[in-house]
Amino acid sequence: MELTGYQRSNGQVGFRNYVAILPSVGCANDIVNGLGHLYPNVLVLNHRQGCGQLGIDKEQSARTLAGLGKNPNIGAVLVVGLGCESITANYLANEIAKTGKRVEVLVAQNEGSNLNTLSKGNVILKDMIHEVSNMKRTPCDLNSLTLGIKCGLTDTTSGLSSNPATGVAADRIIEAGGTVVFGETPEVIGAEHILGKRAVSEEVKQRLCHYVELCEKRVKDSGVDIRGANPAPGNIKGGITSIEEKSLGAIKKAGSKPLQDVLAYGEVPEGKGLFFMDGPGRTPEALTGLNATGAQIIVFSTGGGSPAGTRISPVIKVTGNSRTAEVRKDHIDVSVEGIIKGEMNLQQAGERIFQEIIEVASGKMSKAEVFGYGSLSVWNLGVHM
Amino acid sequence: MSNDSKAIIIDEKDNVATLLCDGAKKGSTMQVQIGEKEVQVEMRDNVEFGHKIALHDIKKGEPIFKYGEIIGQAARDIAKGEHVHIHNVDSCRGLAEEK
Repeated sequence: MELTGYQRSNGQVGFRNYVAILPSVGCANDIVNGLGHLYPNVLVLNHRQGCGQLGIDKEQSARTLAGLGKNPNIGAVLVVGLGCESITANYLANEIAKTGKRVEVLVAQNEGSNLNTLSKGNVILKDMIHEVSNMKRTPCDLNSLTLGIKCGLTDTTSGLSSNPATGVAADRIIEAGGTVVFGETPEVIGAEHILGKRAVSEEVKQRLCHYVELCEKRVKDSGVDIRGANPAPGNIKGGITSIEEKSLGAIKKAGSKPLQDVLAYGEVPEGKGLFFMDGPGRTPEALTGLNATGAQIIVFSTGGGSPAGTRISPVIKVTGNSRTAEVRKDHIDVSVEGIIKGEMNLQQAGERIFQEIIEVASGKMSKAEVFGYGSLSVWNLGVHM
Repeated sequence: MSNDSKAIIIDEKDNVATLLCDGAKKGSTMQVQIGEKEVQVEMRDNVEFGHKIALHDIKKGEPIFKYGEIIGQAARDIAKGEHVHIHNVDSCRGLAEEK
């Protein structure tokens, strides 16, 4: 099957062609909702951040929000600010505009009343939707794909089947010149010695270990054990006993290629190949971070059958658990249950996932996408002031 | 290939096996392929699909191996055929510091 996408002016390729409305601050969510009511096909990227944050959290929110707007699946963005926030609409718009896509800014306090803001925003959006709708899919190369990889609602089938099969598909994307980003720092605890060996340099290995140490230190400082939070109750029910066991299975989703670099949460990778992104394992934050790295498609390996998705990047759900494949077939895209039944090997399973990636990238909707599943959640560590 | 009464190891170093069958009753016999030979383990607990059993006696404090790697340590003595899970295994990582 031929891979097709929307060629962007900066050389990137979108595999969807959305118009998005991005609030620069959570206080503008209701204006954005108002705009979204008139245009149901527009992505409404509501979040809670944008003001009252300190240092590293402010930077992380700004980087992530800009990254969401930059994602190549979005053809044009309207950034909406209130006017009194610390992460301004103009800042985000300038960052997003570096991609060459159309970006407009609307600041409520400059427009007078909310009604004025809504009326002006509606005119801008109508125009944007028309413009973006005229962009056409054309054949493109696999090296234009950044694949995000995540595992969630993990059980013991994940590490034995759906994760290593996803890893086979990841290897194929990288062999074709593409990029793969995976993350979930807690799920490297106990497996850093294995993943670290694949780092292209000592420096990259140290950066990986640094993020893992920071993550483990946060647990220690909290005064409570990690078990119960990660592995979560659902993981424990599925047979996962410890974070080490979860990690050893989790890293298999990243295949076998060299680790090119370690990214901060939501950071856009430079270059091709395999990248690790710092961040939590919790699904909404992990997926939002992957959206911000520019991943156009995400593969989500799930033993128990998570329904998760994202609005920006279609999420392909893969399970190796035959019960999940049956009971939750409404939101599972690919079943690789044949691995545990001995009817399918990892290579064959990886090929199935790879084919699904090509089909979904080229326009087939993933199941989470059909349901419109996908609340944004930007990861932050500190308090709001 | 049927998975009835079957559990697997991932590395020959492993001292636990993961059940591939749809749960097994205490007293039943589990078959585990270890390299060339098939080992029989008598179940000491009712254990669900995807959960682990001990392949031999494991003393308190000894490491638990899966994937050929350490996934924790025995919180108490574990007998061959026992369910191995959070009730008898401690993580070695992500522990709160004693305050």
